[in-house]
Amino acid sequence: MKAFRTHRGRVAPLDRINVDTDQIIPKQFLKRVERTGFGQFLFYDWRFAADGKKKDSGFVLDEPRYEGAGVLIAGKNFGCGSSREHAVWALADFGFRAVISSSFADIFANNSAKNGFLAVRLSESEVAELMRRAHEVNDYQVTVDLEQCEVRDDQGFRAKFSIDEFVRHCLLNGLDDIGLTLQHEVEIAAYEELHPAPATL
Amino acid sequence: MPAKRTLFEKIWDAHLVAQPSGRSPIIYIDLHLVHEVTSPQAFDGLRVAGRKVRQPSRTVATVDHNIPTEPRGTPITDLIAAKQIAALQANCKEFGVRLFDMDSPEQGIVHVIGPELGLTRPGMTIVCGDSHTSTHGAFGALAFGIGTSEVEHVLATQCLAQQTPKTMKIDVRGRLGEGVTAKDLALGIIGQIGTDGATGHVIEYAGDAVRGLSMEGRMTLCNMSIEAGARAGMVAPDEKTFAYVKGKRFAPRDGEWGMAVEYWRGLPTDEGARFDKVVEMDAAQLCPFVTWGTNPGMVAPVTGRVPEPGSLRESDQRATELALQYMGLEPGKRIEEIGVDRVFIGSCTNSRIEDLRAAAQVAKGYHVSATVRAMVVPGSQAIKRAAELEGLHRIFLDAGFEWRESGCSMCLGMNPDILQPGERCASTSNRNFEGRQGRGGRTHLVSPMMAAAAAIAGHFTDIRDWKFR
Repeated sequence: MKAFRTHRGRVAPLDRINVDTDQIIPKQFLKRVERTGFGQFLFYDWRFAADGKKKDSGFVLDEPRYEGAGVLIAGKNFGCGSSREHAVWALADFGFRAVISSSFADIFANNSAKNGFLAVRLSESEVAELMRRAHEVNDYQVTVDLEQCEVRDDQGFRAKFSIDEFVRHCLLNGLDDIGLTLQHEVEIAAYEELHPAPATL
Repeated sequence: MPAKRTLFEKIWDAHLVAQPSGRSPIIYIDLHLVHEVTSPQAFDGLRVAGRKVRQPSRTVATVDHNIPTEPRGTPITDLIAAKQIAALQANCKEFGVRLFDMDSPEQGIVHVIGPELGLTRPGMTIVCGDSHTSTHGAFGALAFGIGTSEVEHVLATQCLAQQTPKTMKIDVRGRLGEGVTAKDLALGIIGQIGTDGATGHVIEYAGDAVRGLSMEGRMTLCNMSIEAGARAGMVAPDEKTFAYVKGKRFAPRDGEWGMAVEYWRGLPTDEGARFDKVVEMDAAQLCPFVTWGTNPGMVAPVTGRVPEPGSLRESDQRATELALQYMGLEPGKRIEEIGVDRVFIGSCTNSRIEDLRAAAQVAKGYHVSATVRAMVVPGSQAIKRAAELEGLHRIFLDAGFEWRESGCSMCLGMNPDILQPGERCASTSNRNFEGRQGRGGRTHLVSPMMAAAAAIAGHFTDIRDWKFR
């Protein structure tokens, strides 16, 4: 897994709550058997018309001022709904390294952590303030610092965030957690010895 | 005296493999269900790392999301879908995983066939790369959805490193009224606590109204737990649970059965055990619900109206405006005046035999409205056969419903069963997200009876006033 230590990047504001993974990556793109190439389909139905042409309405990610953004900021309960990890793959492949919200759906947060992609939880007022700055300040950038567990900008914004210590450890070091679990081979084997798979299964 | 524990805590404790300091606990997974959409990258990961499936005998696969519901044998015209199905077939063969394939008499939606084959049993830990894995919690199992990286993790290790979730009890007192189903209970709960009301928690549903539900009803209720943000949903096992499991193909037999039941009887939450959160509800206050918006928390009683955004909390106003815009609905419109173009009866939420019986009872002697296209998609081949044995398919066909092959179908529209832009659908599925059933499609979630009634009336109608024929 790609390690995440600190990222400074442009911020794109997605001012909606309850953004579900069906919006992040619509189902018609889940049939691919690869992990790559999903970025072009990110928020597809919001960005593209049925004929595949970009919508004139101007979705935030397509505004020139947010081009190349590395940090997405969104309303509460981001990533709710379907467990599709394709949502994280699409965000990362599009160029995002982190998403900031006041809350995340559990499976989305788990999926993020497995992909070197950081889901940062800040308070609702901090998210609102970042959202405002991203709208008002030209080329607004923040630094997402996992070592300090902090989000900061050049205009004096500074907010601490908390994250599960083990998740942080894996992200900082880019650890493959399958390998970590397999370090417990003795315990797993002992458990299986006591709990054999039913013959009927 | 031993500590009083919840159902969840008993299962969690029984599956702890290791608790490394500074790391998430590692828990053992008894049953891993696999389908075609969220697994190909996981099997690829195993190949790249040179790993095997650790416990093929605890791993069961089927195809459900992509497959057409046309008569079996009809070629799959979607070549990318066909490739994904072929990938699962090849992966199961290579890694020695049992696959209930498209032509198998056991094929069905993964959350339908687990229980009906007796793979799902009380006290188990069950995962699947699908958020509606929470369905299996109806049996007093700890069952939750995972992403593809975790699918790979379980394939390789039969374990998962998981932060310990919090517990939430939803206590539903009293009895559900006539015409008020498990689906309405689920929608009522989500409407009350919100789509993130249970984030980070495992819900245990309790109270007389929950005990009174059939196993099918409990599955419907637990299925929708994820729509409240919950990690999982559970119902304590009881005599109904044991009666359902007994005799199923993979259920314990003979002496093993007695021992299993004895163990299962010890699983329910101890009197006085503590939950992190408790929600109390009165079943008598619930009614048939219809969602009006673009998430399952946006619900109204069938006798109610589409809300005025101005009447809601400020934080919900914009989301409501956007939802109404997408849904093409005016604030204040009576729910019963909303007409439908399509009706979908199916999905892992409501495609079981009891759901089909309830819908057929409504449809009997009537005909689908001339302006509506309605389809019934049984959850599995076994359900399809059972329904045909009872003659339910005749009732549906005579009433003008389509009777199709089993699969996820229009719940998520990965196969050709989709809504056209602007079409409005009464659906027994679980998500009314934008575009979920087809780009531009407008989904209203309801119970099977409410869906059947809407198909016939051409608009939503209160099932409690239905004249059964």
